[in-house]
Amino acid sequence: MATWTFLGLQDGASPLMEQLIFFHDHIMVVLIMIITFVGYMLASVLSNSLINRFMLEHQTIELIWTAVPAIILIFIALPSLRLLYLLDEVNNPSITLKTVGHQWYWSYEYSDFLNVEFDSYMTPTNELDLSGFRLLDVDNRTVLPMNTQIRIVITAADVIHSWTVPALGVKADAIPGRLNQTSFLMSRPGLFYGQCSEICGANHSFMPIVIESVNTNSFLNWISSYSD
Amino acid sequence: MSEAIMSSQAMETAPFDPRFPNQNQTKYCYQSYVDFQRCQKLKGDDYEPCQYFKKVFQSICPNAWVEKWDEQLENGSFPGKI
Repeated sequence: MATWTFLGLQDGASPLMEQLIFFHDHIMVVLIMIITFVGYMLASVLSNSLINRFMLEHQTIELIWTAVPAIILIFIALPSLRLLYLLDEVNNPSITLKTVGHQWYWSYEYSDFLNVEFDSYMTPTNELDLSGFRLLDVDNRTVLPMNTQIRIVITAADVIHSWTVPALGVKADAIPGRLNQTSFLMSRPGLFYGQCSEICGANHSFMPIVIESVNTNSFLNWISSYSD
Repeated sequence: MSEAIMSSQAMETAPFDPRFPNQNQTKYCYQSYVDFQRCQKLKGDDYEPCQYFKKVFQSICPNAWVEKWDEQLENGSFPGKI
């Protein structure tokens, strides 16, 4: 989760997020090399008062500075397209979680075998434990099994919201009357936080999402105890 | 509920349907609900294979939608053709 001054991406907790992070890092290297090179050229031209009177229509350099950027773009495009198609892969989920955005909380439904439903409200700051995370902790966390392909179906009951967990690389709008599906797998146990990502009224900043990733047996215990 | 009933092998949900391959699954939910009603009407309430559609719409459709549609069916105002 992010605390203040976090500038970068959160540690990935899903294989797709890890790939997104690798791609981001790769692109960042290319960009820094380009900027350094261009910055150096700019600085040397600006600090040089001499002029070359015979430099006209230099075909070789024109060829170089057309071909080299094209090659750089290929180095960016190939991983990008690979990732784009990877994100769209069809997989067979083992469990479906439905989430409905309301003003201003999320409700979750697990209806595959037992029908478990609950609301998840942000813990108000004045009721927070000393160890609690301000504006991120909720009363009922969404417990899910790790290493399991999960399908999440997202919708809303009133206005448009958006459900996201950055550590898992998941974000999709919650639109009334529409079911948006996305899929993820958590590769490690832990708590993963997210916040509503579409302006939805006064308490838009106060309807966070907390996913608690546990092993499959703990999940089954939790879900059976919930419905009793 | 005992844990023996729900082992990890039994963790099963609505399968991927190639008729609805993209992000928008609204039609998958609606179609499964309508197919269940039509299946029951055609084959009767005891026909087990109709339960497949029921399993799908229960997994995919928000409970509020299902309740609303059930109510509409009861009072005859459901917009779909069964």
